[in-house]
Amino acid sequence: MKAGSNLEKVFTQGHFAVTGELGPPRGASVEVIEKKAGYLRGVVDSINVTDNQTSVVRMSSVAVCKLLVDMGLEPNLQMVCRDRNRIAMQSDLLGAYALGIRNVLCLSGDHNRFGDHPQSKNVYDVDSMQLIGIVKKLRDEGKMLSGQELEGVPKFFIGAAANPFGDPFEFRVTRLAKKIDAGADFIQTQCIYNMEKFRKYMHIAHEEGLTEKCYIMAGITPLKSVGMARYMAKFVPGLDVPDYYIDRLKGVEKKKQADEGIKIAVEQIQEVREIPGVRGIHLMAIEWEHKVPEILEAAGLLPRPSVN
Amino acid sequence: MVVAERKPIEEILAMVADFKKVLLVGCKGCVTVCCAGGTKEVGILGSALRIARKKQGNPLEVVEHTLERQCDPEYVDQLAPMLNDNSFDAVLSMACSVGPQFIAKKYTIPVYPMLNTTFIGGALEHGVWAEFCQSCGNCLIHHFGGLCPIARCSKSLMNGPCGGSANKKCEVSPEIDCIWHLIYDRMVELGQLEKLRPVFPIKDWSTSRDGGPRKIVREDLKL
Repeated sequence: MKAGSNLEKVFTQGHFAVTGELGPPRGASVEVIEKKAGYLRGVVDSINVTDNQTSVVRMSSVAVCKLLVDMGLEPNLQMVCRDRNRIAMQSDLLGAYALGIRNVLCLSGDHNRFGDHPQSKNVYDVDSMQLIGIVKKLRDEGKMLSGQELEGVPKFFIGAAANPFGDPFEFRVTRLAKKIDAGADFIQTQCIYNMEKFRKYMHIAHEEGLTEKCYIMAGITPLKSVGMARYMAKFVPGLDVPDYYIDRLKGVEKKKQADEGIKIAVEQIQEVREIPGVRGIHLMAIEWEHKVPEILEAAGLLPRPSVN
Repeated sequence: MVVAERKPIEEILAMVADFKKVLLVGCKGCVTVCCAGGTKEVGILGSALRIARKKQGNPLEVVEHTLERQCDPEYVDQLAPMLNDNSFDAVLSMACSVGPQFIAKKYTIPVYPMLNTTFIGGALEHGVWAEFCQSCGNCLIHHFGGLCPIARCSKSLMNGPCGGSANKKCEVSPEIDCIWHLIYDRMVELGQLEKLRPVFPIKDWSTSRDGGPRKIVREDLKL
């Protein structure tokens, strides 16, 4: 055990893991978090708390994680490289651990040009790969990047993201291997729609033995409507939404598109479960947290295992 | 070279609104090469200012002059005869921002920048310039096929493309090449792809702006 988090236990005890996601509010409302957390309670093994996703200012990820800890839920702290230098990152990581946060997901982060403060000065002092290395050094060596010994060592379960659909495709598995070398214990992938490409990616990763070194979770995002599918296909860089999903949703009357989207998500979950090396799913139901129990129920992933 | 571009005319007109006579100084260095502040551009801006102010019924006298370089005191000194009689209300510098700072250091007269200093770059074709260097003070491009991910990746990533790289373009804009895709292609071409496999260590930015304003002292060249 590296951290002893619930998520790590679910993996090490051989269960198929399920993580959810909670986007903090654009404000100081605790009620919003309580409401979203309520939908995820008992149906996921850990909850990713996004870090100013799409570069839009939201409540601090560390603060929301702490609120989840207080609610008896297990958070997975997302941390991006866009907004912090190595000093702030280490400081926040130490603070997060002290607050009871045990999982951390290291990301480079969306560029600030997309968000609500495009005039901001971004940081990118380190990249996501290097951030993984920082967390590992804190945990395994008990030292800061500077070499300074820590007064109390944060034992994090270290996560990273992978996008099998970004270009160049040939380098994507290499990048996954680099993240594992850097110290990633688990990987959550970008939302998967092009199952054929994902199979190819996982096949290479499996052949290279990467799936033995790291728990890989397939990213699933239910499509709410044909409009959302079109938007994802057109405007989200590095996302691959094949036409057949768009056509399938188009073929259903508007009121029933959400149900069809859920049906698709459930099918996708079944498909990824069959792929060697996939050890769990990361369900990113963007602003659709209330549908998570329904999706997981239909996918046969409830109840969640209780681990000790 | 340093690439710069002229500020919008409206901004310049607002800067000089209260003046009657200004000295407009160009530079024959980088800004001449990138067609932003050489003798030709001094002439164009001088005329534009005179015409605009004449139309307002508030004429502006613009004296034009172009120095060899504004980033060397020996050339900036050449302005002394013009500035010593206090007849000018301001100096308008058409150099990169080093120029107005050097002029301000030597003369007690308000100095205004006419250009925005944009980046260190090169010409892609006639009339098109792009950024290639962020002057981080510790060049590492030999590790990346001779291409710079610090200046040319929107996130300065050192270990490969982020998740937003698609169709060889950056997530920030389809106008921007994904430098990591170009680095990958180049390393394949060179047969050196395995060199991208190790995790590249965290960069020491102290040689960059993050170590405070930088200075080079060459004892062998000092007089």
